[in-house]
Amino acid sequence: MHIDLKTVKINPLRQTFANVATRIGGDKAASRYQEATLGLQPDANFHYRPTWDPGYELFDPARTAIKMKDWYAFKDPRQFYYGNWTMTRARQQDAMESNFDFVESRGLDAALPAELKRTALNLLLPLRHVAWGANMNNFSICAYGYGTAITAPCSFHAMDQLGIAQYITRLGLLLVGPDALDAAKQAWLKLPEWQGLRHYVEDSFVEKDWFSLFVAQNFVLDGLLYPLIYDRIVDDHLAMNGGSAIAMLTAFMSEWNAEVTKWIDAQIKTAAAESAENRELISSWVRAYRDRVAAALLPIAGIALGDVAQEAVDEVLGQFNTRAAKLGLSV
Amino acid sequence: MDMEASKKKLGLKERYNHLTRGLDWETSYQPMEKVYPYTRYEGIKIHDWDKWEDPFRLTMDAYWKYQGEKEKKLYAIIDAFAQNNGHLGVSDARYINTLKLFIQGVSPLEYMAHRGFAHVGRQFDGASARVACQMQSVDELRHAQTQMHTVSNYNKYYNGMHNWRHWHDRVWYLSVPKSFFDDAMSAGPFEYVVAISFAFEYVLTNLLFVPFMSGAAYNGDMGTVTFGFSAQSDESRHMTLGLEIIKFILEQDPANVPIVQRWMDKWFWRGYKVLTLVSMMMDYMLPKKVMSWKEAWEIYGEQNGGALFNDLARYGIRKPKGWEQATIEKDHLSHQAWATFYNYGAAALFHTWTPTEQDKDWLSEKYPASFDKLYRPRFEHWEEQAKQGKRFYNTTLPMLCTTCQIPMLFTEPTDPTKICYRESDYKEEKYHFCSDHCKEIFDHEPEKYVQSWLPVHQIYQGNCFNPGVDPTAPDFDPLRAVLDFYKMNFGRDNFDFEGSEDQKNFAQWHGEGA
Repeated sequence: MHIDLKTVKINPLRQTFANVATRIGGDKAASRYQEATLGLQPDANFHYRPTWDPGYELFDPARTAIKMKDWYAFKDPRQFYYGNWTMTRARQQDAMESNFDFVESRGLDAALPAELKRTALNLLLPLRHVAWGANMNNFSICAYGYGTAITAPCSFHAMDQLGIAQYITRLGLLLVGPDALDAAKQAWLKLPEWQGLRHYVEDSFVEKDWFSLFVAQNFVLDGLLYPLIYDRIVDDHLAMNGGSAIAMLTAFMSEWNAEVTKWIDAQIKTAAAESAENRELISSWVRAYRDRVAAALLPIAGIALGDVAQEAVDEVLGQFNTRAAKLGLSV
Repeated sequence: MDMEASKKKLGLKERYNHLTRGLDWETSYQPMEKVYPYTRYEGIKIHDWDKWEDPFRLTMDAYWKYQGEKEKKLYAIIDAFAQNNGHLGVSDARYINTLKLFIQGVSPLEYMAHRGFAHVGRQFDGASARVACQMQSVDELRHAQTQMHTVSNYNKYYNGMHNWRHWHDRVWYLSVPKSFFDDAMSAGPFEYVVAISFAFEYVLTNLLFVPFMSGAAYNGDMGTVTFGFSAQSDESRHMTLGLEIIKFILEQDPANVPIVQRWMDKWFWRGYKVLTLVSMMMDYMLPKKVMSWKEAWEIYGEQNGGALFNDLARYGIRKPKGWEQATIEKDHLSHQAWATFYNYGAAALFHTWTPTEQDKDWLSEKYPASFDKLYRPRFEHWEEQAKQGKRFYNTTLPMLCTTCQIPMLFTEPTDPTKICYRESDYKEEKYHFCSDHCKEIFDHEPEKYVQSWLPVHQIYQGNCFNPGVDPTAPDFDPLRAVLDFYKMNFGRDNFDFEGSEDQKNFAQWHGEGA
């Protein structure tokens, strides 16, 4: 069945803005993502050098050693702009709210085996500080990076990491209470098993090359930490030993990691494909960061896995190396 | 430790603290001064970041939910607007020129605010201040992006919007808003938040954002006004943040007061100068007027702003230095600005026109002290010339103020018939200013303002011609060469509204639609 509404048809003079048209192969219909992203950042005639970093222009491609002919070659496969990002997260938040309600209303938190609960808390609560560090680093990349195509998604990513830090905090508040958060912070600051990771995170805070920081934080640290903690330990190990409530309270993290991995891979792949120099540089960063992170994660995996921690880390490392090779890196 | 015993109901404030500042820690593998390297050199002393009061205790779950809901509604209306040719519903095609000014001059600043708040949202030592700034950063990205999406539909049918990015970074009058934000972003983080959160968001938003959005409402622009309503709650959060920041800095140390006072003097004046563009939009560009610039200044400046500075007096803060002059100029600002754009209508990327009879009567009524005496005769003279086929276009380049970058068009505060000139010498060069306040800003930081990318200077230095253009060729037309460099569609983006493609198309499409 077909109905035909009569509307006034007027011919447009053009389809989109010039800053978009030059990057999509001419004046044609552009998507919301494209109009919200392509060429949005100023790139010429800055009036004053930043007093806080006078060696550079306000936005300056020289703040990283990576070189790109076109900084808008970076694309987000999710096509996120603020609107669809926040609507996507709102839907996920609804699901997470139901999970928290479900665990609380059915008393699943109280039903957790005591030993498993202690392990989960020891493992997960200090990670809220790691997510907080990821929040800071992604705002660094957003502030000092070049081109909206990569900087805007980093601001979404930073807010996501704040959301994750808050979900972990809520988990701690639900399962125990504020004292558990204080204890976990002490562990983060003092316990030997956390110091390798804290050292790595604090070093990342002073990394000035924003693309190197992207590699250190989003590709390497989170690329090893999320599969290890949330897939291998929470979803497999803990869930199989009576801890499905924990898996419900961290469901966002697994789902989110699967989504953002596609975006992170696309950035690495694009930068590496640009030139042999980029590929070499990124590969060398990845090798150095990877070895530090793997060593730092081992004692943490040990909290939950004991003797089989090394095996789990090796497994995750193997997957990570395969992933890196697929993106064109030699690691 | 008996963990069960500690499980108690938390108050909202305590809970919010765990969800934000509780995440933070004092670093030890890297010194704090290296992790937060930029918060000491401005001389602002912060003794205790924990004294920061979170103005809105918004966690990410609530933020996503609330903002996602707003975006859903906004995009439904943007879609409907596009589908139904909503642009034909505006009062008159002249109105569309205010949207050109908006996307050329204001939307790029929303983007800069996004990056600027990302910078301070990373750099402040205090965790809660960082989170508040980060939320503002993504809000500002929201505004830049939703403005693109709202104006996108107009851009399909009207001129003067298609190359906003290129223009904002090059065109003479757009260096006014551009240099304003570059100035704030190149300053230290504390000056940035005083400039943007306080002076701009808190003191001046009602004179910038609100006139554009009210103008849209009065002139039947559903798309833009919907964006305005949707951004309103973000804006009020940003204003609240602005006030919290200023109180926090002032309460931390008495030595901060004189520094902040000087920033307020500077940023009030910098912001006010940018508002020159808004004043002429209100008085001359809106076919259906909301209120006059003078009335807006009296309500939002003199009354509301006055009350604010009375409140701040207890900290030892007085009204910004330029306040009195802004009050004196309220009878003149918009007329002098529009007259200048009328002059330079060949080099502007929106249309200009002389006011209609009805407009002139409205201006006489709103400006009894100045319009009939000083400005009506000028517009009537130009109107007469245009009738004789001699529409006046000024083809010489104006001198710009080194600080605000506006052409030297303003008159002496004491004599509206005499142009105001000020100058300073620095390292054997002479610099020119439109006012005492712009001169003072320069004199305090000359090493900063000598860097200004002044469009007129750049043209004279030969930096605003396309590659391959030969300025020594006998038929060289410098103005035309500059407009080519601007990527202006000559004859379509510029000149008088009368006879423009916008005017013809709107009339024709309107006729067909009716």
